[in-house]
Amino acid sequence: MPEGSAITEEMRRAVGVEKATPIAIEKRMIKRFVEAIEDPNPLWQDEEYAKKTQYGGTIAPPMLFVASMMSGTEVRPDVPNPFQKMLDGGGKWEFFQPVRPGDVITATGKLADLREREGKLGKMVYWMFEITHKNQRGELVSRARSTLITY
Amino acid sequence: MSKQLFYEDVGVGTEVTPLVKHPTTQQLVKWAGASEDFYQIHYDKDFAQANGLPGVIVHGRLKAAFLGQLVVDWIGEQGVLKELSCTYRAMDVPGEDLTCKGKVTKKYVENDEHCVACEIWVENAKGEKTTQGMAVARLPSKG
Repeated sequence: MPEGSAITEEMRRAVGVEKATPIAIEKRMIKRFVEAIEDPNPLWQDEEYAKKTQYGGTIAPPMLFVASMMSGTEVRPDVPNPFQKMLDGGGKWEFFQPVRPGDVITATGKLADLREREGKLGKMVYWMFEITHKNQRGELVSRARSTLITY
Repeated sequence: MSKQLFYEDVGVGTEVTPLVKHPTTQQLVKWAGASEDFYQIHYDKDFAQANGLPGVIVHGRLKAAFLGQLVVDWIGEQGVLKELSCTYRAMDVPGEDLTCKGKVTKKYVENDEHCVACEIWVENAKGEKTTQGMAVARLPSKG
């Protein structure tokens, strides 16, 4: 590591490199997701109910985008990480369009920035990721920013 | 589901109807599978303890999802969640109640949309805010 910095040249080179991942949105995936969070909202699974709403059918809960498979490790580009431990530093998710079962979302993720801090746990690297989600019609449906802390 | 909330019903300081969650180790495993997050600190006690943790801990993103549920429940079927953000301030362990809460900080009309911004947070059983964030939602208007 040059000059005591935990951020290597290899890590710097990873900034801005994009990776795209297709994700098929399926009823079964939505069911598992809402069961995991214990969310009984009928808009996610009850077709009869959802038909009468502004959506005309069931949709995926916007919180689906919070899941790792949509905006976390699963859709981030691989990055060279010098540390063993990690913490989720939080995130921001924006929702532009509803997502329905049958949609195919393309998640395009990149490492947007790297920062280094010296904390009580020692040297820590903050990895800022940005992920955009487009549907099969090319419409932007969501955007996520998240921070991963390794130490 | 509760009755529909309208833009005219809320003002700065209006409380978001609280949502109480009680994550168990089983829920953490379900979340791990459903969200594809298999970091061992959330289901392997030995691994978690070797990492300096008291035991397995609740996924930050599960708490973020709870906060999403909080706001979506409150705004009702005609409301639309536009933005959700949070940072994790402290760890939570399974087996304890987590209460999701919120308060309106701003209401405004933008591009013909009636919007509310709220501070939102997760409180542990001791009343400590372990996760804090913001949400923006569109509400229907009576006008």
